[in-house]
Order: sequence, then C-alpha cells, then structure tokens
Amino acid sequence: MIRGLRLGPVLVALFALAALVGPWLAADPGALDLDHQFELPSAAHLLGTADNGVDLLSAMLLGARLAATVALVVVGLSVSVGTLLGAWAGLRGGTFDLVLGGVMDLVQSFPGIVLNIAILALVAEPSLWHLIVALAVPGWVLYARLARAEALALRDREFVQAARVLGVPPRRILLRHILPNLAGPILIQATSAFGGVVLAESTLSFLGLGPATHVSWGALLDQGSGVLLRFPHVALVAGGAIALTVLGFNLTGDWLRDRVDVRG
Amino acid sequence: MSGELGRYLLVRGVRGLATVLGVVTLVFLLVRLIPGDPVDTLLGDRATAEDRADLRARLHLDETLPVQYARFLGDVADGSLGRSFRSDRSVGERIAEVLPDTAALALAALALALALALPLGVLAAARRGTWIDRGASTFAVLGLALPNIWLGPLLVLAFAVQLRWLPLPGDDAVGAAGLVLPALTLGTAFAAVLARQTRAATAEALGAPHVTAARARGLGEGALLRRHALRLAWMPILTVAAAQLGALLSGTVVVEKIFERPGLGDLFLEAFFDRDLPVVQGCVLVIALVYVVVNLALDLAYAFVDPRLRLGGGTRE
Repeated sequence: MIRGLRLGPVLVALFALAALVGPWLAADPGALDLDHQFELPSAAHLLGTADNGVDLLSAMLLGARLAATVALVVVGLSVSVGTLLGAWAGLRGGTFDLVLGGVMDLVQSFPGIVLNIAILALVAEPSLWHLIVALAVPGWVLYARLARAEALALRDREFVQAARVLGVPPRRILLRHILPNLAGPILIQATSAFGGVVLAESTLSFLGLGPATHVSWGALLDQGSGVLLRFPHVALVAGGAIALTVLGFNLTGDWLRDRVDVRG
Repeated sequence: MSGELGRYLLVRGVRGLATVLGVVTLVFLLVRLIPGDPVDTLLGDRATAEDRADLRARLHLDETLPVQYARFLGDVADGSLGRSFRSDRSVGERIAEVLPDTAALALAALALALALALPLGVLAAARRGTWIDRGASTFAVLGLALPNIWLGPLLVLAFAVQLRWLPLPGDDAVGAAGLVLPALTLGTAFAAVLARQTRAATAEALGAPHVTAARARGLGEGALLRRHALRLAWMPILTVAAAQLGALLSGTVVVEKIFERPGLGDLFLEAFFDRDLPVVQGCVLVIALVYVVVNLALDLAYAFVDPRLRLGGGTRE
C-alpha cells in the first residue's frame, strides 16, 4: 500500500546510532555561549543554536539518548509484564482473568496522557525513573490484551490440548507452547509502540513534566515554540527529530506486519 | 425492545457503573498517595503550627481516609468535586467554566477530521491505485507521524506568520477563526487513522459477495458504493473512531497549551504546577468520566445495530 517502506528501518537505524554514539560527539549542554544565542545553522553549528547558545545538533544527539532509554525501558517493562499476565489469563481463565480484565478496564478508562500526568503529579520533581513509571503503568495493558486474545485462541489448539492431556503443568505450557507463539504479534506491536513512547516522552517534556536533569526533544520544542516568531529554527529542528523518529517506527511496524503477518 | 437487548443493556450498564465507581476510587487514592504534605506546599516553612492546623482542618486533611472518601463521594454526587486549595470556589464551578471551551475544541476537531477523512477514504477505495489513493496513503502516514506538539507550531508558522490568514495564538484568537488552527492540530492524527480505516473498510465491502453480485447485475459503481458498500463499511469506521476518542480528549491538554486557550487541559496543567490537588483530582475525574460515558454510549449504540454483540454478550474490540 505504501511505497518507500524501507525508509522506516533507515530512520530507526539513524535514531539508534544517534542514541548510541551521540553523547560522545555532543558538546556539553551546560556550557554557556551567550554571544551565539538562537543562531541559524552555520558551519560552526550545523543545526544552529538555542537559548544560552546551546548547540542544537548536540542537543538532538543527547535527546535521542534520553528518548531511546525511556522507550527501551518502558517497552521492555510493558511487554514483559503485559505478555506474562495476559497469556496467563488467557490460558487459565477463571478469577485471575476476571480480575485482570477489571484492572485493564480501569486503567484504560483514563485516556492517553491523562494518567501519565496524574502519576507525575504524585512527585514534586519528576526524575527519569518517575517518567518511566508514569509511562509503563498504562503501557502494559496493550500487550496484556493482545497476549490474552492470542493465548485464548492457542488454548484449544491440538498441540496445547495434547500437552495438557500428557500432564504438562500449566506453567510449562505457558513457557514452551504459548509464549513462543506470541513472539511475532507482540514484536510487531512493540515496534509500533516504540514510536508512541518516544512521542509520549516528548509530549510530557513539552508540557514541562519531564526530568529537568536531561536534554529532551520535547523540552527544546517547548522552548522553540516560545520563540517561534523570532527564531523558528529551534522548533523546526526539535519537532523534526520527534516526527522523523515516530515516522520511522510507524513505517517499520507496518513493514514488519506486511512481512510477518500472513493474515494481513 | 427484545429481552436479549434489555439484558445486554443491563449488563453493560452495570459494568459501566462499576467502572465509573472504580475511576472515582482510583482518582481519590491516587491523590492521597502524594508524598509530602500539601499544607507545607501551600503555606511555606514560616507558617505557625496553628496556621497549619487551621488550614488542615479547613481542607479536611485531618480526617481519616474513610471519612475523606465518604466526603469525596458526596462531593462527586453533588457535582461540587470539593474546594480548590488556591481559590475559594468549588472545583466543579471552575471546571464548568472552562468545559465549553474544551468541548468546542474537541467537537471542531472531530467535525474537521470527519469532513476530511470520510470522503478521502471512500474516494481512495473507489479509485484504488490512482493518485488519489496514493495521496490518501501519504496523508495517513504523515498525519500519524506528525506529533501535535510540532504540527501546532508548524501551522502557526504557515497560516498565521507567513500567510497571515488566521490569528496568532493568544488573546486575539477568539471565535471561529481562532478555532481553526487548534482544531486542525488536534484533528489531523484522528483524520489520518480514520481515512486509513475508511479506505480499508470500503475496499473490503466493495469486494463482498453481495456487492459483486450487484455489480454483475449491472449496478453502477456510484450506486454500489451508496447502496451496498457504505452500509457495510460504517461499523468498522465507527469502531476505529471510538478507539481514537481518548487520544482526542487528552490531545486537548497539549493543544490548549500550544494555542494559549482556556479549557480543561489548561486548568489541569495549571493545577498540576500549583499543586492544587482537588483541582487535579477533579480534572482527571471529569476527563475519565467523559471518556467512560462516551464509550458506554457507543457500546449501547452498537448493541442496537448489531445483534451479534448483544447475543454474545461481548463488547466491540
């Protein structure tokens, strides 16, 4: 349906590279250069400078590290907790399934970033870990629903019934038969969700709720929006980094879905 | 009304009420879990012990948790939602004051997205493989990837700074003209998802056996779309639209900040930074309740339309 699906993996690779080696190449974000504030791109500053003369390219590289760290930890936590709970509920049913269903309904009755903000409101000064927790608390539900649905479908397949008849304990059925079959759909979901977490981190930082100790694309975009009429390049650069990263993960998710999911 | 439908409505209604009560309880507990004393934050370190005790009593923070909970339930029931720490007015009053602004923004975004996405998706499905289809696909991909925190400033740069067609964010941006850019910012991602789903659902419906049969009878493509395909397509479209409501609601928080508009999101953020807990609590509650109630209404609407749902007792997913 969409041409240029390869663009996705390329953008993701660029983002990963920036996050991995970026901080070694970046200039110190704390260094003040008051003679060169809000300058347009030049040979000395390839993407120009922001408030206090901060080099925007360096800031983008450091922001990539923060976005990647948050996204990796949040997706990792959400996938492992969500998949395990969901698969177990689907396999076993009963009270556990009912309670989990209620909890998931409850968590999902708070739309989008509202629950994130409500959790961040619990602490005076949000740190990196607070941000991660705020994003992971609603994050696992997506994987739990997916894993539950897939486990429900797998439960009645012959190979699982055979294992049950042979007396294989449920925990082993989960590990040996259910989880390996969940890997594909979960991986596709996680890839698309990665971009969503990057976006959520940027949005919270944009609103001023991110950790003040780290350079964030969202916080820079906020700064850029404040000086939009005089120095639009700050908002353009910071927002562009967010948009290209989200686009990269969305396209990669579609690409994976087309390649892996034969039903689609 | 048939017996099954009545039973379904009852079950779904009870589940909806349970969710509402769960939301109210969770919001109450969430705010009580905040470490640190709100009285310290409000009075500073130089307050005397009497001042602190006085304020504590005024805010009912000296009561036990169950008593506070009962009081909170009462405040929710009578709509006052408690008293703001920072002003002498009730939280309900403050929310009621800004709610119309947020509702106008959300409805305008919804209308714009529908007006943009439905024709685009249907056209793309009817003219598959043409430039219209490719254009619609590109719009769907870009619309989803463009974060509203970036799209907002971009639209301001293009339409308010360069072209000067629309007012800049701020006090002058009132009325319908001031609503266009915020609504576009909020509605674009929604329109992207909707266009994609409309195209997929319409294309699938156009391939359904009874549509093929009608085509074989010599019915024109336009009549095929109108009389057969769209009837089949609107359910999946509505399902996806409903799934996006949460993003639309929480997007108002961001858009109100970008465009300096008053509203529920603006009040929510202000209360967050002021550590005005009753207001934070009230905003979270109202946003969640709107979301739950709209979803409940949609579920019930589906049950009227699609008998499989009420017979199976399931919900749309």
